Amino acid sequence: MSVLVNTDTRVLVQGLGKTGRFHTDTAIAYGTTMVAAVHPSRAGETEIFEGETDHSGVPGRLDAYHVELPIHRSVKEAAAATGANATVIYVPPPFAADAIMEAAAAGIPLIICITEGIPVADMVKAKRYLEDKPVRLVGPNCPGVITPAECKIGIMPGYIHQPGRIGVVSRSGTLTYEAVFQLTNNGLGQTTAIGIGGDPVNGTNFVDCLQLFNDDPATEGVLMIGEIGGSAEEVAADWVNANMTKPVAGFIAGTTAPPGKRMGHAGAIVSGGKGTAVDKIAAMTAAGIVVAPTPTDMGAAVMEAMGLVR
Amino acid sequence: MKIHEYQAKELMKARGISVPMGRVATTVDEAVAAVRPLIEESGNPVVVVKSQIHAGGRGKGRFKEHPDLGGVNVVLDGIEGGPRAAEDAVRSLAGKMLGSTLVTIQTGPAGKKVNRLYIEQGIDIDRELYVSTLLDRASSRNILLVSTEGGTEIEEVAAHTPEKILKAEIDPAIGLADFQASELAHGLGLEGGAFKNAVKFMKSLTVAAVEWDADMIEINPLVVTKGGDVMALDGKVSFDSSAIYRHPDIAAMRDESEEDPAELEAAEHGLSFIKLDGTIGCMVNGAGLAMSTMDIIKVFGAEPANFLDVGGGATADKVTAAFKIITRDPNVKGIFVNIFGGIMKCDTIAEGVIEAVRQVGLEVPLVVRLEGTNVELGKQILDQSGLNVVSAADMKDGAQKIVELTS
Repeated sequence: MSVLVNTDTRVLVQGLGKTGRFHTDTAIAYGTTMVAAVHPSRAGETEIFEGETDHSGVPGRLDAYHVELPIHRSVKEAAAATGANATVIYVPPPFAADAIMEAAAAGIPLIICITEGIPVADMVKAKRYLEDKPVRLVGPNCPGVITPAECKIGIMPGYIHQPGRIGVVSRSGTLTYEAVFQLTNNGLGQTTAIGIGGDPVNGTNFVDCLQLFNDDPATEGVLMIGEIGGSAEEVAADWVNANMTKPVAGFIAGTTAPPGKRMGHAGAIVSGGKGTAVDKIAAMTAAGIVVAPTPTDMGAAVMEAMGLVR
Repeated sequence: MKIHEYQAKELMKARGISVPMGRVATTVDEAVAAVRPLIEESGNPVVVVKSQIHAGGRGKGRFKEHPDLGGVNVVLDGIEGGPRAAEDAVRSLAGKMLGSTLVTIQTGPAGKKVNRLYIEQGIDIDRELYVSTLLDRASSRNILLVSTEGGTEIEEVAAHTPEKILKAEIDPAIGLADFQASELAHGLGLEGGAFKNAVKFMKSLTVAAVEWDADMIEINPLVVTKGGDVMALDGKVSFDSSAIYRHPDIAAMRDESEEDPAELEAAEHGLSFIKLDGTIGCMVNGAGLAMSTMDIIKVFGAEPANFLDVGGGATADKVTAAFKIITRDPNVKGIFVNIFGGIMKCDTIAEGVIEAVRQVGLEVPLVVRLEGTNVELGKQILDQSGLNVVSAADMKDGAQKIVELTS
């Protein structure tokens, strides 16, 4: 078991520029079922992907692959033609919020937006548009979602993952890689790793993911990786305290970040004395979450939370 | 992106948001020339001389060169002496303020040089209020905040008398509804003309925030005049840098002299860089990893000299540019390169580092931690380069080594 994505996930790609094409190729190489692409002016064409798999992905899926991905002019038509149940968005920032809304209008239940740099006002509107629709947005400005050896959607390197017991949820890309690699090396592996993104307005949040992992029988423990800015980690800590039945470990980046400065991610900013790492770590610790003192200790913190001796 | 008060007021005025009359001046003569027309047009013999820097707390701030002089000065000389006396007073003030360094609670001890003054008409103030609009992350919507406690830092009000802050959540599909604006104006105790003007002000402000892609607009104080006008006595606006591409008029207001030159240079190379006060230069891929690299340096007892995210698709050129920016900082006693190569390959990074060292030299210890794709190849390239590069097994090991090598 896992959450959000598995071998039944059929994925559309919106945005076939250099980035979108590259990561569609690595997703296919991993064994992800990519079913179609959406491009307004290239409808009717096909995009060809071929190569060797990296053998880190879905077992037995493909050795060498040759995939002719049909291109449709809209998400609605692509979904109708292919039965896609997920979409990944690599559309450039000025058009990405619209791409999210288009996917929601077409009823795609899982919308994963990788794009970084979407105007905040666009995301406020897109999120309003999504409010009453039965869809889930992950991101934007995130690495994506992966269930090891089943389905990889996004820009994360597949080979560092390994099927296993831990659910990972994170606001940061490379810190997630750091974490899953430690979980792979210490043998715990991952059920699913979810990047929820570094923007101030995003779709799926920590609590949504904690709930999913709590309900997933295969997930035995959770690692949540947060950073300065906002109060999502504090809200998550409250939720863990009240509802979580599984051990949780965590890490917070940005203890030394100066106030009032955006630390790379649009959402990583301490403003008006709020959103500090110290407050977040305190809230998480109070909720019984084992907080790793440094990123190198994230795997060990999960071990500790689960009561395992290394 | 931030702009000056006078620019914010220009934008507000164009948007029908009430602001006092004022003129910007970059020289003493311009400052003096602004006085008479302001007094004649406004009918008020008082003018105010305000330092224009990208930092708050100007009124309470003091000039390094003139420790008794604040950043904002009310000139009353015109009341008795007429415009000529006001001009003389402004000449003397402008002479001291222009080119001097203003230190406020937000500038840090170094302060900021005042290159511009804003000469503004005096206002007969009845009440000082507060209004701001900004994103509420929890609801993913903009909110409008108002308070009766104008002139005080809103963080102070929030900490001590949170009940004095009223708030309305703005539905992006509807905007600030009339009833919401009325509720807030009632909450501020406004009546009659001032009530109507405040409602209009708040509605215009929330529309402007969306129109400009503003991160935040803060008016503190928002004043009610004795005549019942409601106007912005101060105005702080910052813009969403992701949306600035669709506002060339606002982009043109950028004042690069207010920004750190190294940060500007980094931005030109597509690097996310923030200058800090420590001694360990950091080069990292990914914002979260870059932040936690700073943190781990602190864990081992040193301080980071910068935040630097080279991004997911760093090229050798980017790495070289990053190296140049880091090594130019005289405080840097050592450099820690921390890369988790996922999509980015470790051998590419290694080659970038070697190229950078070849171009800019290396006079301080360098610790490199590589992990991920092609890590062995990356390490081999560094080992065979003949450079004095210390390899680290992991992030913790790397941080420990660079701190030891520099202490």
